[in-house]
Amino acid sequence: MLNQLIKQAAADVAAPSRRGFLKGAGGALVLGAMLPRTGFASEAAAPKVVGPADPRPQAFIRIAADDTVTVLVKHLDKGQGIMTGLTTIVAEELDADWAQMRGAFAPADGALYANHFFGIQGTGGSTAVANSWDELRMAGAAARAMLVATAAARWSVPASSVTVEQGVVRHAASNRSARFGELAEDAAKLPVPQNVALKDAKDYKLIGNPSLHRLDHVSKTDGTAIFAMDIRRPGQVTAVMARSPRFGGTVKSVDAAAAKQVPGVLDVLTVPRGVAVVAKNTWAAMKGREALTVEWDDAKAEMRGTEEMLADYRKLADQPGNVATDTGDAAKALAGAAKVVEAEFVFPYLAHAPMEPLNATVELNPDGGCTIWAGSQFQGVEQKVVAAMLGCKPEQVAINTVWAGGSFGRRATTDADYIAEAVSIAKAYGKAPVHLVWTREDDIHGGRYRPLFLHKVKAGLDASGKLVAWRQKIVGQSFMEGTPFEAVMVKNGVDATSVEGSSDMAYAVPNLYVDLQSPKSPVTTLWWRSVGHTHTAYAKEVMIDELAAAAGKDPVAFRLEMLKDHPRLQGVLKLAAEKAGWGQPLPKGKGRGIAVHESFSSFVAHVAEVSVDEQGRVTIDRVVCAVDCGQVVNPNIVEAQISGGTGWAIGHALRDEITLTGGLVDQSNFDTYQPLRNSEMPPVEVHILPSTARPTGVGEPGVPTAAPAVANAVFAATGKRLHHLPFTRSGMV
Amino acid sequence: MAIDLTVNGTPQRVEADPDTPLLYVLRDDLGLNGAKFGCGLGQCGACTVMVDGRAVLSCVTPILLMQGRAVTTVEGLGTAEAPGPMQRAFIEEQAAQCGYCIPGMMMRAQALLQEQPDADDAAIRRALEFNLCRCGTHMRILRAIRRAADTLRHAETGVPNGRAG
Repeated sequence: MLNQLIKQAAADVAAPSRRGFLKGAGGALVLGAMLPRTGFASEAAAPKVVGPADPRPQAFIRIAADDTVTVLVKHLDKGQGIMTGLTTIVAEELDADWAQMRGAFAPADGALYANHFFGIQGTGGSTAVANSWDELRMAGAAARAMLVATAAARWSVPASSVTVEQGVVRHAASNRSARFGELAEDAAKLPVPQNVALKDAKDYKLIGNPSLHRLDHVSKTDGTAIFAMDIRRPGQVTAVMARSPRFGGTVKSVDAAAAKQVPGVLDVLTVPRGVAVVAKNTWAAMKGREALTVEWDDAKAEMRGTEEMLADYRKLADQPGNVATDTGDAAKALAGAAKVVEAEFVFPYLAHAPMEPLNATVELNPDGGCTIWAGSQFQGVEQKVVAAMLGCKPEQVAINTVWAGGSFGRRATTDADYIAEAVSIAKAYGKAPVHLVWTREDDIHGGRYRPLFLHKVKAGLDASGKLVAWRQKIVGQSFMEGTPFEAVMVKNGVDATSVEGSSDMAYAVPNLYVDLQSPKSPVTTLWWRSVGHTHTAYAKEVMIDELAAAAGKDPVAFRLEMLKDHPRLQGVLKLAAEKAGWGQPLPKGKGRGIAVHESFSSFVAHVAEVSVDEQGRVTIDRVVCAVDCGQVVNPNIVEAQISGGTGWAIGHALRDEITLTGGLVDQSNFDTYQPLRNSEMPPVEVHILPSTARPTGVGEPGVPTAAPAVANAVFAATGKRLHHLPFTRSGMV
Repeated sequence: MAIDLTVNGTPQRVEADPDTPLLYVLRDDLGLNGAKFGCGLGQCGACTVMVDGRAVLSCVTPILLMQGRAVTTVEGLGTAEAPGPMQRAFIEEQAAQCGYCIPGMMMRAQALLQEQPDADDAAIRRALEFNLCRCGTHMRILRAIRRAADTLRHAETGVPNGRAG
């Protein structure tokens, strides 16, 4: 399946269209995010090499005369630590000293820096380590061989007698040594060796080493780390935009007179996505927008509220959908089941709300192209979309990727979104580099939400308590339809990202039926940290828990019975249960819950312990997590990502939702869309299963099981099931 | 209007609309990137700086009120070459993920520890309730602040402490 998908990965993002930048597609993109469970590095056989078979040290490694080694990192680091992780892989094969290693964001160049799972340059789907693993090990090993060959020639000794350790190249017999910086210039003149031996995992010194410090910590604690928000080009102006308060609304008329009177406002421009106020500084731009009067045309806008949408979804769920999977005969098996359990699950729209609001700086170049500074996550898409807007070639769109203050999926869009907006303003203004800043209200109102989803699940047990049938109806918008990704990701009306985790569930269910309906709405939606698994894993793991209770079986034993062909899922389930003291009694008012899931080819189980008081207030006392992500590159970062993913999931499950009333978003800032606060962050113990399997990602897999483990713990404590998210919708506070 | 203030020990005169929040003066006029724009409504704490030693949300503090005040941003806590105790603690605990909330967290903690050097866990957590982190690195931030507190107390008393790094 994976190979077939990769073959289709011809990136061809079409020209911007009037309804956005999405329309039409010659080819298709593949998203590692949506790789099916049976894909790369899962329990099925993995390919030998991901990416080109030849080592490419020249693309990734720069060794300076001062002995520093800089690794060009093709992925966006938005906090997940990939700058450090990818640099570690090179340093290991190079036998470098960690202190001499540096990282830098690679330029936008699809020929050199494509994500091998996407076919274009981009970050997402927890693929960064997995798709770089081979090419960076080979690059490091090739560079090491070239340094060794240079030293050997200089010293007239056989290369086999030259060693490298902690950045020093040495010939022991003659007691000669050289630093990388002394050899690099000559080494670069050598042909790149085509066959290089890679280290055995048992010899790793840096990979898997918990004491390595991240490369970004000093700059992130003294204000010198440059985020997009910190870019200041000579003469730069700041823009904020007024966008339709309703999704799908368009500009009817603009009265810019008052806005133009605000001191510091330079211009007011109508662009495809709204009305831009261009000003000398941020405050003037914001005040200018406040003074702007725009009349919006709602003829094509979403006018419904969330409850009306849900009512529509409920009606749809009673209709036949597009079949995602149909094995055995679920209807017949349900009819003959000894016990049937049914539930309706509701998952709200959710905003990503990264701490750094969306922003980008665009400078038009005399050659007709432009230079962009942004926390760019989909450079391949952005180059093509912007090139079409400016009538230049994609390679004339230079992108300087900088540190991003979070993303959680938000900065990766199929239409270049805010970057295209910034380009449209820079083009219309024409006089100076433009820094477009979204305010937090723009962000919360701005759509690209995790879609609103409704699931109806009906499952049956036989007389012995064995799960014999599962029928699941899923209703929610597709964010793949209408994009260049559609051709690969949507088959027979089923968007793989809407059903992943359900239709391919690992539990052995002889009669499994899952169907999907993807109603349309002008409300824009997008992948959100762990994508479809954000809702499918919750429905699956809460439902399985209910079935275990109905069968009178222990939740861990019930799961293990149905995972006989999935040793890695069993492995994390058993480890989490053991570390959490599963089975040990808890006092009244407390409960323990478990959940297990595979996503992005990584395997995670969570156990949560909660207390629930008489008012229904949930306190999460403790979370234990086990993860199997293959070979670990940096255990400290794995721990950070898995515990961070846990907090992310729990924070949203407790109370977060984006709701609409009459088409208008009810929330607007962090006062009404409230992220997890530090007093609510539970202690999270992360246990990593040792493995030498190919590494997989950890940015997203910590999310799917955290909330269902908490929900199952609340059931254990109270007997109450939490089917509607956030928990406040299910009577919790 | 012209406002005279001190920023990280350096006297500054800025010309600005008196309503302008301190945050935009620091960033747009003085080119100091440490204080971050996160919400513009005093809801997230990314813009936290110290004014006369107290933690202040600079995104909702008009520059008008800053006449004669001493402002400290994260740039004033130390440098890469000579990091201050708070920076060292955050580095040692590897507390940052995306890092966008971190300067605000550090300034909130610095103000707390200057006022209450013996602040306990509950006091630290209470102070940090204002500051949001979306990456979920809260526990490491708390550890970093405890470590900084230990270091600062150690510096004051001269008593060695095994946890200080």
